[in-house]
Amino acid sequence: MLHGVRNAAVFPFLAGVLVLLTCDPVQVGVNLTGFLIPPSHQAPSATAPASQTPGASQSGVPVRPTLTPPARPTLSVVVLDPAHGGTDPGARGGAGLHESDVVVALASNLRAALEKEGFQVIFTRQGNDNPSFDDRSALANAQSGAIFVSLHAGSTGLPGTVRVYTCPDAPGNLAAPGGLLPWNRAQAAFLTLSRKLADIAQGELAKQFKGSPNSAPTAAIRQLRSIAAPAIAVELSSVSVDDRSELDRMLPGVADAVARAIASFKPVYDSWPPGGGG
Amino acid sequence: MNPRWRQWLFIGLAAAVLVAAVFLPLLRRSVKRSARLQVQSEEQARRELLHPTIVNSSEPRVKTSLFWASPEQDGALAAVSVQMPLSNDPVLRAKQVLDTLLAGPVDADLRTLPPDAALLEFYLLPDGTGVADFSDPMATSLPSGIESEQMAVDSIARTLEANVPQVQRLKILIHGQEAETLAGHVDLTGTFVVNTKGAVASAAVAPEMLTPTSAPGKLSQPERKP
Ligand SMILES: [Zn+2]
Repeated sequence: MLHGVRNAAVFPFLAGVLVLLTCDPVQVGVNLTGFLIPPSHQAPSATAPASQTPGASQSGVPVRPTLTPPARPTLSVVVLDPAHGGTDPGARGGAGLHESDVVVALASNLRAALEKEGFQVIFTRQGNDNPSFDDRSALANAQSGAIFVSLHAGSTGLPGTVRVYTCPDAPGNLAAPGGLLPWNRAQAAFLTLSRKLADIAQGELAKQFKGSPNSAPTAAIRQLRSIAAPAIAVELSSVSVDDRSELDRMLPGVADAVARAIASFKPVYDSWPPGGGG
Repeated sequence: MNPRWRQWLFIGLAAAVLVAAVFLPLLRRSVKRSARLQVQSEEQARRELLHPTIVNSSEPRVKTSLFWASPEQDGALAAVSVQMPLSNDPVLRAKQVLDTLLAGPVDADLRTLPPDAALLEFYLLPDGTGVADFSDPMATSLPSGIESEQMAVDSIARTLEANVPQVQRLKILIHGQEAETLAGHVDLTGTFVVNTKGAVASAAVAPEMLTPTSAPGKLSQPERKP
């Protein structure tokens, strides 16, 4: 069963739209019921490219339809994913610290920093619920001009450091016959942009949080795999600290660094692919 | 009862209370210790049941590389070389190296896999896919997190790559079942590249030290069947 996009690497937006358009309607129906964003935060529907309007004159006399490519959206939306929640506390520290709580606090810091930079922010979960990986992906893939940032606080690593991950390369020929890209591998088409975003963010974080790596590592993160947009995961170290205030003190700095990185990434996204065309 | 007898009885009872006060804590400590030993030996018995000793001393001792956490670099793996008897049969050989990897390094802080996890079975498919089936604690006792889970997978994949060349890719099962993630983050629905020769080149990385932060090409990359 293939749900796909054609030439997805060329247009981030087109790919997002088409992944949705062509995915299994039953699955999408299920995923859509999992949407948790308030209506005011809904981006324009990704399933209706406005520029592909069939030609018809006001007088009712048919005219030749004109097909213009959909306008390229610029980066305006950041989907923030406070990971885990509900019955899944994520990583647990000795001092009773739960990853699912830490990332909610980080998400609210990051939201404020991103809104200051002029971005619209959408959360994948509200309160302490725990949408599935696919529900979170469906929400992100329904946005245009968006990137996805998954937030984590791990159990290991040097306390006070931060790592920004992207998915590793998908080996072999990803596309199925006909050039279609399966829904569950949607991220593969966006890896180049995801890496650029991750490297900028890791660079900003390494300046502020000593001991953090200088270049962004990769990991096979389940949540990122089905995201049809540039996507990164940010993981703080760690919930194993003795005192929660150690982690809380990191949050504003992490939020500012990530927001700065996203603002620096915007021109890259807006002019992608380099040289225009498409 | 005459007063003299009563006096003796009182002295005897006081002595018994004194003796009990001295010996009761010792007794309690020794009961606790024996209970702990019993738990340990149950764990040992369970391990022995799960791991029939497959190291045959008549097999040739060969240099084996095991990948645990680096003592020098946070978030990196480092190879430790040991001489051990290894079978020429790839499935037996994979079981031998993974059992040794699970047993852990001398310094327990450098473990990458939970101490109570066990390898239940290992299969090698004709296409070079090694299927490693681990017991539940591989998922439930592993510290949750992107870094810890990716290091666990990498330590398994790199150890297989270094010692069992027949294994081209790795599929991890938990108690015979496909799991969506290892402990909430790393995707187990696909396979991981084991034999990276011919895959993504990573010439800048020293073979003895694999750093996820500097060697993305050497990481265990998920691979999905079309
Ligand atoms: Zn997490």
